[in-house]
Amino acid sequence: MSVVDRQEWDVVVVGAGGAGLRAAIEARERGARTAVICKSLFGKAHTVMAEGGIAAAMGNANAGDDWQVHFRDTMRGGKFLNQWRMAELHAQEAPQRVWELETWGALFDRTKDGRISQRNFGGHEYPRLAHVGDRTGLELIRTLQQKIVALQQEDFRETGEYESRLKVFQECTVTRVLKDGERSEMGVPPAEGWGRVSGVFGYERESGRFFVLEAPAVVIATGGIGKSFKVTSNSWEYTGDGHALALLAGAPLLNMEFVQFHPTGMVWPPSVKGILVTESVRGDGGVLRNSEGKRFMFDYIPDVFKEKYAESEDEGDRWYDDPDHNRRPPELLPRDEVARAINAEVKAGRGSPHGGVFLDVSTRMPADVIKRRLPSMYHQFKELADVDITAEAMEVGPTCHYVMGGIAVDSDSAAARGVPGLFAAGEVAGGMHGSNRLGGNSLSDLLVFGRRAGLHAAEYASGAGSARPRVDDAQVAAAAAEALRPFSAEGAEPDGGPPENPYTLHQELQQTMNDLVGIIRREHEMEQALEKLAELRARARRAGVEGHRQFNPGWHLALDLRNMLLVSECVARAALERTESRGGHTREDHSGMDRSWRNVNLLCALSDPTDGLTDAADAARGRIALTRETTEPIRPDLLALFEKEELVKYLAEEELYE
Amino acid sequence: MSSYEARFKVWRGDVEGGGLEDFAVEVNDGEVVLDIIHRLQATQAPDLAVRWNCKAGKCGSCSAEINGRPRLLCMTRMSVFERDETITVTPLRAFPVIRDLVTDVGFNYTKAREVPAFVPPAGVGPGEYRMMQEDVDRSQEFRKCIECFLCQDTCHVVRDHEENKPAFAGPRFLMRVAELDMHPLDAAEDIGLDRGRTAQDEHGLGYCNITKCCTEVCPEGIRITDNALIPLKERAVDRKYDPLVWLGSKIRRR
Amino acid sequence: MATGTEPPATEPHPRSGGVRTGTRAAIAAPHLRTDRWWLAPAATAAGLLAFVVYSTWRAFANADYYAAPYVSPFYSPCLAENCEPMRAGPNWELFGSWWGISPAIIILIFPLGFRLTCYYYRKAYYRGFWASPPACAVAEPHARYTGETRFPLILQNIHRYFFYAAILVAGILTYDTVLAFRDEHYNWGHMGLGTLVFLVNIALIWAYTISCHSCRHIVGGKLKHFSKHPVRYRMWQVVGRLNARHMQLAWASLLSVALADFYVYLVASGVFDDPRFF
Repeated sequence: MSVVDRQEWDVVVVGAGGAGLRAAIEARERGARTAVICKSLFGKAHTVMAEGGIAAAMGNANAGDDWQVHFRDTMRGGKFLNQWRMAELHAQEAPQRVWELETWGALFDRTKDGRISQRNFGGHEYPRLAHVGDRTGLELIRTLQQKIVALQQEDFRETGEYESRLKVFQECTVTRVLKDGERSEMGVPPAEGWGRVSGVFGYERESGRFFVLEAPAVVIATGGIGKSFKVTSNSWEYTGDGHALALLAGAPLLNMEFVQFHPTGMVWPPSVKGILVTESVRGDGGVLRNSEGKRFMFDYIPDVFKEKYAESEDEGDRWYDDPDHNRRPPELLPRDEVARAINAEVKAGRGSPHGGVFLDVSTRMPADVIKRRLPSMYHQFKELADVDITAEAMEVGPTCHYVMGGIAVDSDSAAARGVPGLFAAGEVAGGMHGSNRLGGNSLSDLLVFGRRAGLHAAEYASGAGSARPRVDDAQVAAAAAEALRPFSAEGAEPDGGPPENPYTLHQELQQTMNDLVGIIRREHEMEQALEKLAELRARARRAGVEGHRQFNPGWHLALDLRNMLLVSECVARAALERTESRGGHTREDHSGMDRSWRNVNLLCALSDPTDGLTDAADAARGRIALTRETTEPIRPDLLALFEKEELVKYLAEEELYE
Repeated sequence: MSSYEARFKVWRGDVEGGGLEDFAVEVNDGEVVLDIIHRLQATQAPDLAVRWNCKAGKCGSCSAEINGRPRLLCMTRMSVFERDETITVTPLRAFPVIRDLVTDVGFNYTKAREVPAFVPPAGVGPGEYRMMQEDVDRSQEFRKCIECFLCQDTCHVVRDHEENKPAFAGPRFLMRVAELDMHPLDAAEDIGLDRGRTAQDEHGLGYCNITKCCTEVCPEGIRITDNALIPLKERAVDRKYDPLVWLGSKIRRR
Repeated sequence: MATGTEPPATEPHPRSGGVRTGTRAAIAAPHLRTDRWWLAPAATAAGLLAFVVYSTWRAFANADYYAAPYVSPFYSPCLAENCEPMRAGPNWELFGSWWGISPAIIILIFPLGFRLTCYYYRKAYYRGFWASPPACAVAEPHARYTGETRFPLILQNIHRYFFYAAILVAGILTYDTVLAFRDEHYNWGHMGLGTLVFLVNIALIWAYTISCHSCRHIVGGKLKHFSKHPVRYRMWQVVGRLNARHMQLAWASLLSVALADFYVYLVASGVFDDPRFF
């Protein structure tokens, strides 16, 4: 085996998006020597794609806003499945996190009196989103990046070295979280329980060289899983790495069935399929039509919403000018309803040429108004699709946007359950958003829990003192062997079959998840998906690559497949288990929200906790075991923030009696 | 939907050497150059190295040179080329190549570190910052930068003269100096840091001969030269070449 | 690895060189551009050259620069004893009889210096004449490059003083334009084609002068807080809008000043009479 470069750090943060960088800043400020590892270049994380803003109840636009109102909105949005303590901390701490960005140089849009401007967004009672035009995510990532540089400059002044206390390892991928106290031979159950985190194993994408960072505390902040779906607004990095790392290290994932699909993503051209078309297109008068030219949303108003939405096109049209005396058009139904309707129209053969439906503003507003109100959309379609939205309709369809589920964590410390020394923050952590995330709550989530993860990781690391967990050489060797498998795939399995192209496998996986575990779910389709996943798992073992280890994208993809397959199985199994529709989980065969599911969490764990590298025969067997867990009751003073009539709609019978 | 076969020349190799390799590859309606590179990966050259990320012109990862011009691969539509045109794709030519279309952009990260960070004003706590929109407009324009480094790549000061790299921060980071100097609450002066002066003394502003290639290539449309570099030059003039100011400072020092 | 700031241990960094050397991707061509990138610098060079030739001839000609009431902008103000007499015109004999050559030389140095150090013209001639660079991403032919860091190009920093001078010159040309509302017998209240030419010229001269980057800096750009100086902020915005057209104004005013001079030349040399409107 090749010699693996080893370094010692106090805290290792995997992921350099908003949560990862915030965690790193906090850990370093608490005195921990901190390393950040990211797959892309420093500053390119997917956080840059966030447009809307950061939700924080600063009360700049409406003095009535406070953390209680924000908490309420978040719980409602998540259909009360949120880990309530997280929602509470999030609402309380978000304003501090935003203000602190200003002291690091962030420049938000301003109010007339010079404070941070806040905008309205779906599900938020008051204007609450701090923003910078439509590039808030970029501002966030750049500010954190520059804060990291500022800390490095400080270290340079003190130690003569920029990277003595805080270092970014860019274009590196972590493939394993290492632990001590485990028996080194794979396949043998650990001697006593699960071990503590001892570091991470990874490779440099540039050179293909392996490395180990030894550290008692590891923060996972790798974002989401969208690349397992064909149509997604997520970038290539979103292969569920952190979810899989945690699973493989023995930490459970929470409520993975909740995946948010945004109803309007671009469907054409192929290069931008999935990219978001902002909700304000519809808010400003955009209408949805099918291939027959019909405004089909009128056929999809559910009974519970009947009295709140317009019954005729005329009434809907009048609403834009006179919202007090007319009901809003059904295009403005909640995201899941609209996404479902679009899905149904396409399935019924009334879709647009590229498999979406038409979203039209061109016949609704004069060109100059469109350009003024929707500048970024005008630009986006003009540049990417060569479509002039002032003259023709856009083609849109649902796109995979965000995963609410994730690593199960302790609300206060962001510590992953079951693995001492492992922490998680951001999209990769579950619980905070319940079954559905509100717009704007993701960026604040990154900051609030990124900071908490960094803080507690640093504390944990300093507590480890001299008794640092040891990195086991055999684990390193096993991890290296696992990472090198794709190069020797051919011939290694005489019984197996021909080597597989990782790109083909990836495409099949995306198609499977998109079609069978997508926005609308049915029992038999998910069963079918699980079968297909089993087949892909077996074939993935034969994924082979050409060339050498230096910046070899085929190899990288072959390694990422393991993560995507694991995470996809979690999503499919949990979605099959939860026999209700709630937030980001829609079952055609169980279409209503079921109060008895309100307090049920679904946890995914490896069915064979020794992990390992299963052999080909095992691959067909599922690797994920599901367990149900009853959630902790919501604290009474938080429940008291809601009206009783509202709680009745959500809480299970027995919860109400308490 | 019409598709056709396009001819591509893609530079492949590493620091030891390499050359333009010919490919014939399918192109479909509405595709961008990055799609074609991905198709090459999936069908003909699985180990073709390319950096990319968001695929929507927001992260600035997929910088390369297409027909000799620095561009983002994801924002260059195939429809801008003739169907019989051979499209040449090379890595950025101002930076050391790593492999294929991937270059070592470490120069930029080094330069980023040399610009002193924002200095928060003393006595103003979090939540107490008050800034007017008109005062943040200028710096906000510069903060639109997605750090694709196309401006750094095209700037002849370092592109054609490796020896200038130690002395010259490049348009992106001179713009960063301008951004901080125009930040309404940056308190650099209070700690004795004169950003306008350091732009010339430490970041090589004098090397810039305002030939505007940085502005030409900027995918965000930031007017780097007019709004950042020239104002910075004028600020340096204020400090160093204005005899009245110079005289004033002499007298004050007495 | 890391933030990419460690020099790669295996590769020696070249001390100098451009796109074809050292650790850069091995591509022999100095550029791979397929468009007509040479057109812009060539046109710029041709345009500037034409003006230089014309203006040199006219400046040294020392003749045909005054046809009452019009004075060529090249000769205004006329500051030597050997100037043609212009009634109430811009000739003040600051220079005595010792000045033997064309009086245009005395004054032309200011607008020339203003344009020579102008941020737009710098770009134009660095590209067009100096090929530094000839066009974006086209390798420049020089082995060394120090830009404006040392003498003589560091002198470009005095642009703002030429700007102050240019304001004075523009003021005088405005005065000349007012004088153009006389007829050839110095009676007021008349206007000819020449007056119109002068009006257009002076408008463009002002627009070019005001749109100068130094001007933009002085009126407001140097401020840190626009909100505390609303009037200067407005001025900065106006100048900024003009500044966005600085290149167009530079060419338009260059052309118009040459045309104004040429017009005076035609009238003064008797090629044709100035058509009078009233």
